[in-house]
Amino acid sequence: MIPASPCQGQTITELATLTVIIGTVITILEIERFASRQHGLADVPLSSVTLEIRAGEVVTLSGPSGCGKTLLLRAIADLDPSTGTAALDGKHRDQYSGPDWRRRVGFVATESAWWTARVGDHFMAPPDSGELSALGLSAAVLAREVAGLSTGERQRLALLRSLGNRPRIILLDEPTASLDHDTTLRLEALVRAYVASSNCGVLWVCHDLNQRQRIADRAFQVHGGALRPVDKSESQWVLSH
Amino acid sequence: MGVIPLSYVDLLLAATLVLLLAGLSVALSLGITRDLLIGALRTGVQLLLVGLVLKVLFAHISLLWISVMALVMVAVATREVYARQSIPLAGGWGIGLSAAPLFVSSFTLTVLALLIIINPDPWYLPQYAIPLLGMLLGNAMTAVALGLDRLTSSAVQRRNQIEARLALGHPWRQAMSGLQRDSARVALLPVINAMAAAGVVSLPGMMTGQILAGTPPMEAVKYQILIMFLIAAATGIAALLAILGAARRLFDERQRLRLDRLRSVP
Repeated sequence: MIPASPCQGQTITELATLTVIIGTVITILEIERFASRQHGLADVPLSSVTLEIRAGEVVTLSGPSGCGKTLLLRAIADLDPSTGTAALDGKHRDQYSGPDWRRRVGFVATESAWWTARVGDHFMAPPDSGELSALGLSAAVLAREVAGLSTGERQRLALLRSLGNRPRIILLDEPTASLDHDTTLRLEALVRAYVASSNCGVLWVCHDLNQRQRIADRAFQVHGGALRPVDKSESQWVLSH
Repeated sequence: MGVIPLSYVDLLLAATLVLLLAGLSVALSLGITRDLLIGALRTGVQLLLVGLVLKVLFAHISLLWISVMALVMVAVATREVYARQSIPLAGGWGIGLSAAPLFVSSFTLTVLALLIIINPDPWYLPQYAIPLLGMLLGNAMTAVALGLDRLTSSAVQRRNQIEARLALGHPWRQAMSGLQRDSARVALLPVINAMAAAGVVSLPGMMTGQILAGTPPMEAVKYQILIMFLIAAATGIAALLAILGAARRLFDERQRLRLDRLRSVP
């Protein structure tokens, strides 16, 4: 089902680096004093974020709406200008072209967007039926029109579309917001399986504390314009006072 | 055979027809009376002034003054292109990306047609140069305005689609390909329609004018065909340059979509 090719798309040097540090914790994404610059310098909600995401881990990010989580994800994906530094597999972002970076740092938006009528046209290579059925979809969905899909189906397909690039980091912005409980669990399992097979890292914006407990290896809460590490089972209100 | 001269009384007679229309518009409260009268007044005043300018220009044939006139025409056309877009690119880029395509396409083709095809003596003879440039510029202006307006407004409208493609690692050119095609089609459709309908639905204005002035129909037709082809080329070059340039400007060096470079995003 999920191809076990953790190193696909990497150069020989990167492979060498990986081999040398095997056995220790491998950092994939590293951001330092990082902030979106979309709203101009003055009023960015999350103004200086330092965070690292390691191979094989799921990091969750929670916080009230409007606190800058989506802006942060967009900035990490290099869809908006940003300040601070970002590095992937030990290489500074400037060493990748914009499209190269975004193929490796896959951002899945809360609301998926589609640019042609047919579902299948949005995939470079069609996802295999195993991946589709893991999300409760059949292979026939690829021949259907996007307009005829439910929001939840689109959301799941958008995740598969992004995984098709074999990203090193997946940035998920409330991917289960429009899914029922069963499908939510299936999507979580698929992401987990992908992480296990590819050893990539995930930054997952989630509101649901139960979900956080299920999926998080580490959890962060936005508080007072900064990221605070929290125990993954901790209620988000504990920190509020 | 010369043209039958018109007196100012003849023009006033025609003007009363417009006044009648204005009266009708008041009676039916169409709300366009003011615009109609202002438009008619502008036609009269602007054309009479241009007539005076052309009279002087034709009397003293000078490359310098013809160039000045040509640059003024480009400046006015640029202003018009900028004003007709709902969300133009902000600042110098917005003006430059309207002016440069108009300038490059209509100047190049006018000079080319004068030097190689029509060959008047001197090559910048204003009786040929000014009307030719005017026709190319006028059509290119409409095409550039339509193309840029479609490009920038649909970039705003389809922002999510463009960014979904960017997020998947598509290069900006690929993410914009559909929008560029749409914009080019919108820009070029009027001139394509005009070529298809020429002579069948309407007699083009220049040919009509030449025939009224006594030119044999076949000579007038040949000029009209030449002009049509020049217009199509000038329109196409100007619109494509403007669309490609503006699309490039919507993305930065990291190939991010930068709608903040538009004057105002609603």
